[in-house]
Amino acid sequence: MRQWLQEEYDVIVVGAGPAGSTAARECAKRGLKTLVLEKRQEVGVPKRCGEGLGEGWCRIAGITPDPKWARYEMHGAVLWSPSGKKVVIPTPTKGWIIERRVFDKWLAEKAVMAGARMITKARVIGVIKEEDTVKGVIVETPDGDFEVMAKIVIAADGVDSKTAKYAGLNTVNPATEIDSGYQYEMVGLKIPEPTDMIHLYFGWDVAPRGYVWIFPKGPDHANVGIGIGGHIDKGTAKEYLDRFIESHPEIFENAGIVEVNAGGIPVGAPLKKPYANGLLVIGDAAHMVNPIHGGGIGTGMEAGILAAEIAEKAVRSGNVSEDVLKEFAEKWYEKRGNQLLQVLKVRKFFEDLTDQDMEKLADILDDKQLLLDFADGRRTAAFLKFLAKAPRIALKAAKHLK
Amino acid sequence: MTKGVFIDKTKCMYCGGCTAVCPVNALELKETYIEWDPEKCIYCGACERFCPAGAIKVVRE
Repeated sequence: MRQWLQEEYDVIVVGAGPAGSTAARECAKRGLKTLVLEKRQEVGVPKRCGEGLGEGWCRIAGITPDPKWARYEMHGAVLWSPSGKKVVIPTPTKGWIIERRVFDKWLAEKAVMAGARMITKARVIGVIKEEDTVKGVIVETPDGDFEVMAKIVIAADGVDSKTAKYAGLNTVNPATEIDSGYQYEMVGLKIPEPTDMIHLYFGWDVAPRGYVWIFPKGPDHANVGIGIGGHIDKGTAKEYLDRFIESHPEIFENAGIVEVNAGGIPVGAPLKKPYANGLLVIGDAAHMVNPIHGGGIGTGMEAGILAAEIAEKAVRSGNVSEDVLKEFAEKWYEKRGNQLLQVLKVRKFFEDLTDQDMEKLADILDDKQLLLDFADGRRTAAFLKFLAKAPRIALKAAKHLK
Repeated sequence: MTKGVFIDKTKCMYCGGCTAVCPVNALELKETYIEWDPEKCIYCGACERFCPAGAIKVVRE
């Protein structure tokens, strides 16, 4: 390993999550000499994730779902209003609750098989900068500290990203723009029907500025988690989640906890400038996350593929300056970022709703596909038209979505 | 209690979320602990409000 840290690279990827491993795989496929540095001692562990992944993302990421990690197939979502009204939304496409500890290693394997080098327990503690350009990283390992040079560094080091900060970018998540998450993986619970859908529970007393989720990994096995606004000071995410579990004995009475997780979910705007001279930032580190549901696996992998394309262009041209790397941001915003910014507006509208508004929506919702599309940043005009049935809510929508 | 940022190890999940909300980069997630830098900290309390596990206590004086 020591030898690997004494060579120079075309690309160093910091972080071996879905974004980093995908970027590394694509860089290696393009013939770039690539090194991945993972700070944890094990790839994929501990997870900070509800583990939902839709089939569309697999297509985009160029991967075929494998039963090793695609644990339980999902066909829609059930939304529960604060008073317990149930809105069942089947989806035409399917998704899976996956096993991140298997998935992340599987993706890492793809990167290595494509030719990337990867090591764990290798923490980046600084970047090497010359004339305002990132030239490499300083990495702390069991074999000592090393300065490793690379033409491009791709920061895929998650919500607690330091690499971009070391390089001088401001990646701080304001408290209102991050969700505070807590989750139990539970077995022996009675998941409400249908068990092949994700269940989401809303309400200001349930999960302020967020929701509780039950993501089934089987008929009696699920990730049960919560995300609340990072600025909420009435209680912690754990307290709200524990209260939810206590108030639903019909689901949890005979359940056990086999894992506990926590994490921050960057639900604000993606970085305007996810690059600097010699540096690209992708995934959670660049807040490339859906601001409504907080999903970031798919967006991270998609950004990884694009980052590799731009990295190759920069390396081959011998110019890794912002002038070249800004194309990453341009293409990413066109492909995904602008949509996420629209979803962010929809999130701000949703968080303006009272419990009463949510009940009203549950009552009048007829076209369920419309709600899904709207929450995905599309068909906004059609949704506003539908809201004519609820003038109070329509006013709020107009405020956020015009 | 003396001034400082105190992390309850029985509650901390080492998720690193606190490091993401810290406006001055005074916290860092290590493998099994959170490192706090008293030189950088401005005692704003963002980490305490954010912490999903209620593991952080910011004592200002």
